[in-house]
Parts: sequence; C-alpha cells; structure tokens
Amino acid sequence: MKEFLAMGGYAVYVWAAYGMTVVVIALNAWAAQRRLRRTLGELKTTAQPEDPARRPTVRKV
Amino acid sequence: MTPRRQRMALIAAVVAGVAVSVALALVAFRENVLLFFSPTEVVAGEAPTERGFRLGGMVAEGSVSREEGSLTVEFVVTDFANSIPVSYTGLLPDLFGEGQGVVARGQLNTDGSFDAEEVLAKHDENYMPPEVAEALERAHPEGSP
Amino acid sequence: MSRWRWFHLLASPPYVYRLAERLAPWIGAASVLALAAGTYGGLVLAPPDYLQGEGFRIIYVHVPSAYIGLMAYVVMASAAACGFIWRIKLAHAVAACTAPVGASFTFLALFTGAVWGKPMWGTYWQWGDARLVSELVLLFLYLGFMLLRSSFDERDKGDRVAAILAAVGVVNVPIIHYSVEWWSTLHQGATMMRLDGPSITLEMLIPLLIMIGAFTLCFAWLILRRLQAEILDRERRTRWVEQLVTGGAS
Repeated sequence: MKEFLAMGGYAVYVWAAYGMTVVVIALNAWAAQRRLRRTLGELKTTAQPEDPARRPTVRKV
Repeated sequence: MTPRRQRMALIAAVVAGVAVSVALALVAFRENVLLFFSPTEVVAGEAPTERGFRLGGMVAEGSVSREEGSLTVEFVVTDFANSIPVSYTGLLPDLFGEGQGVVARGQLNTDGSFDAEEVLAKHDENYMPPEVAEALERAHPEGSP
Repeated sequence: MSRWRWFHLLASPPYVYRLAERLAPWIGAASVLALAAGTYGGLVLAPPDYLQGEGFRIIYVHVPSAYIGLMAYVVMASAAACGFIWRIKLAHAVAACTAPVGASFTFLALFTGAVWGKPMWGTYWQWGDARLVSELVLLFLYLGFMLLRSSFDERDKGDRVAAILAAVGVVNVPIIHYSVEWWSTLHQGATMMRLDGPSITLEMLIPLLIMIGAFTLCFAWLILRRLQAEILDRERRTRWVEQLVTGGAS
C-alpha cells in the first residue's frame, strides 16, 4: 500500500493530477444537478396556474 | 437567396476567412512557432545565433560527462547528421539520458559549442512496460525501433 | 411521415427534455462504473512505463480530458452553427450547456499536462510551444464564448453573436491536433491516432480506452442534465413546462 501511494517517487505529480480530476468532475456534476434542482424549484414556486388570483386579469378597454 | 442560405454563407465565409488568415500568419511566423532548432539547422545558420534560442535533438550515446563535485554536465546533441557539444550547470529532468530527446535553451558560442541555461527532456510517443523495452533492446541492439 | 421526423423531434424541447430525463440515470451509472474500472486499471493493473515509471499513469486522466476538451468544442461549435443557420433555439441551448463543461475539461488537460511535464520534461509550462499554447487558446475560446453570450440582455442576440465566435474558433481544433507534427514542440506526437496503429502496448492501452469511454459518458451525462435546466429556463412560459412543474394537472 505504501509503495502504491509513493508511485515510484512521482506521488506528488500523480496524486495532484488524479486529485484535480476528482475535483473537476465532482464540481461539474454538483453544478449540473444544482442548476436543474434550482430551476425546477423556482418554476414550482412561481408557476401556479390553478390559482386564479395569480393570473393577469384581462380587461377590455 | 433565402435568409437561411444567407446565414449559412455568412458563417462559411467568416470561418474560411479566419482559416486563411491564420494559415498565412502561421506560415509567415513559422520560425516563432518552432520551439527548437535541430543541429543541422544551427550548422546551416538558420538559428538566430545573435540572441538565445533552443536547440533540440538526441543526446548522443556515450557523450554525457559530469564534472566531479559539481552540477556541470557536458553532452553532445545530435540529429544523426550534425552534432553540437552542449555544457549545462544545474538539475536535469528525470527523462534526461543518452539516446533521449532533449531541448536546451541557451547561447551558441563562436567555437560552435552551446551554453545551455535550461535543459528539458523530450519524450516520444511510445509507451511500454520495462520487459517489452528490454525485449526490443535485445532484438535491435542499436536502439532504433 | 418524412425521414426528417427524428430531426424535428430532436428540435422539440419537451421531447428532448423527457428523453434526457430517461437517459441520464443510465448514462450516469455507466459513467461511474467505467470511471471506477478505468481508474483501477490505470493506477493498479497497467504496468509502469520503461522510461517514465509510475509517473506515466497521469496519461489516464490527461488524454481523456484533452479529448473531451476538443470533442466538446466541436459539439459546441456545430450546435451553435446549427442554431445560427436554422434558427433552432434548442441548438443554442446545447452550445450554452457545452461551453462550461468543455472549459473545465480543457483546464484539467492543461493542469494534468503541467504536473506531468514538471518531472518528465523539467518544466510545468513552455511559452512558445505550439501544442501548449494552442490548448490554452482553446480554453480562452470557451471563456470568450461564455462571456460574449452573457453580455447581451436579449438571449437570442447573445446566442447568435457567440455562435459566430464558436464557429470561427473551430480553426483552432486541427491546429491543436497537428501542432505536434507541423512544428517542433516539447510535446510528443500522437500515440493512439496514428496510421500505423497505437504506439502503446495493449495492457496500457485498454485502461486508457476505458477512461476515454468513461469521460465521454460523464460528458454526456453533464450535458443532458444541464440541457434539462436550460430547456426549462428558456421554455418557462410554455404550457408543457407549467404542466410539468405542477405535476401534470390542468
């Protein structure tokens, strides 16, 4: 295990590369999910077609 | 021409125009895009010897010698047609070695030798386990693939 | 019923939204499995390189991220051009979703390349190296596209102006790929896309191919999820979105 982590002396470079890969993929996934959740949540609170009070009233002039 | 065809033509024209101008610019500035010059180009006087430039090639087999008790290294960079002796003081990258590609930045002396300020290793596109490399070495002792 | 039906379906926001909703979980699961398998293959199963030792294992994250960075640009530019020419809003939405994902993978390619370059070449970065600089230009093209698109108050206008930038930037794609052949660079030549076959042994190549597949699945999942949000955002005033968020009633 120790030998595996040492990566033949390249530990800093190899683990930096793999660490940044995890960060980039995780942040991407988190951002994509969050945006979808937020958009759905926002639309749910604003769009309430069953409530007639929220409908713009049409007036004849 | 329908508006759709007009838009198509506009995109095509802009892309073609930029492609042509980029191609022209790249050809015109070809020297500035070259990262390094080969020993043959240096011998032919194509390298900008008045200022610093990068010399690239292969470290000749058996040419590396280190000065006792210092970080100074001397080696010969070759492209198998011409060779240039290089001297360098400092740390070398892991892949530096005889028979390996190298890019050295520095100045050409009047005697045709090269003083490097920075030495970078250039590796090739081949990847293989050590056993395969040994087997290849046995099959082709000269090292050429 | 014409043979263009699929094309019209793919330009229909509700159809694409539901398609993404159905596909995304499967693609996401497949991506996680492939990422795990590829990482295990690359870090554990693959033998060390004869010259670079264990340090060469960076290839398993560097090459896939560089590939996604380039592939995403082609996707983004084609989508933007389709949107510009045929006035398809959905195509502009695809381009808008692809840009941040492509930019992040291009950044990853530059980062992993730098930490590979330091021990192997002896430097993190070389100005004047055609491969390195053209890859940096790719990152700036993504950032420019995002910035340009967001600098217009009207979304339609931003979409169209940014589409021209995206299409023009396509010129950079072959420059990146062939930079290692056309000019002398520190970067080595192509390992896999060669006429005489890949110059890498099979046991090293297999994890790399798995990783490229895994990154592609990951990219597809990210685009589908972002596209869903983008579609909802752009179609917020339509009836089908209202029905969707209120649970199908009315």
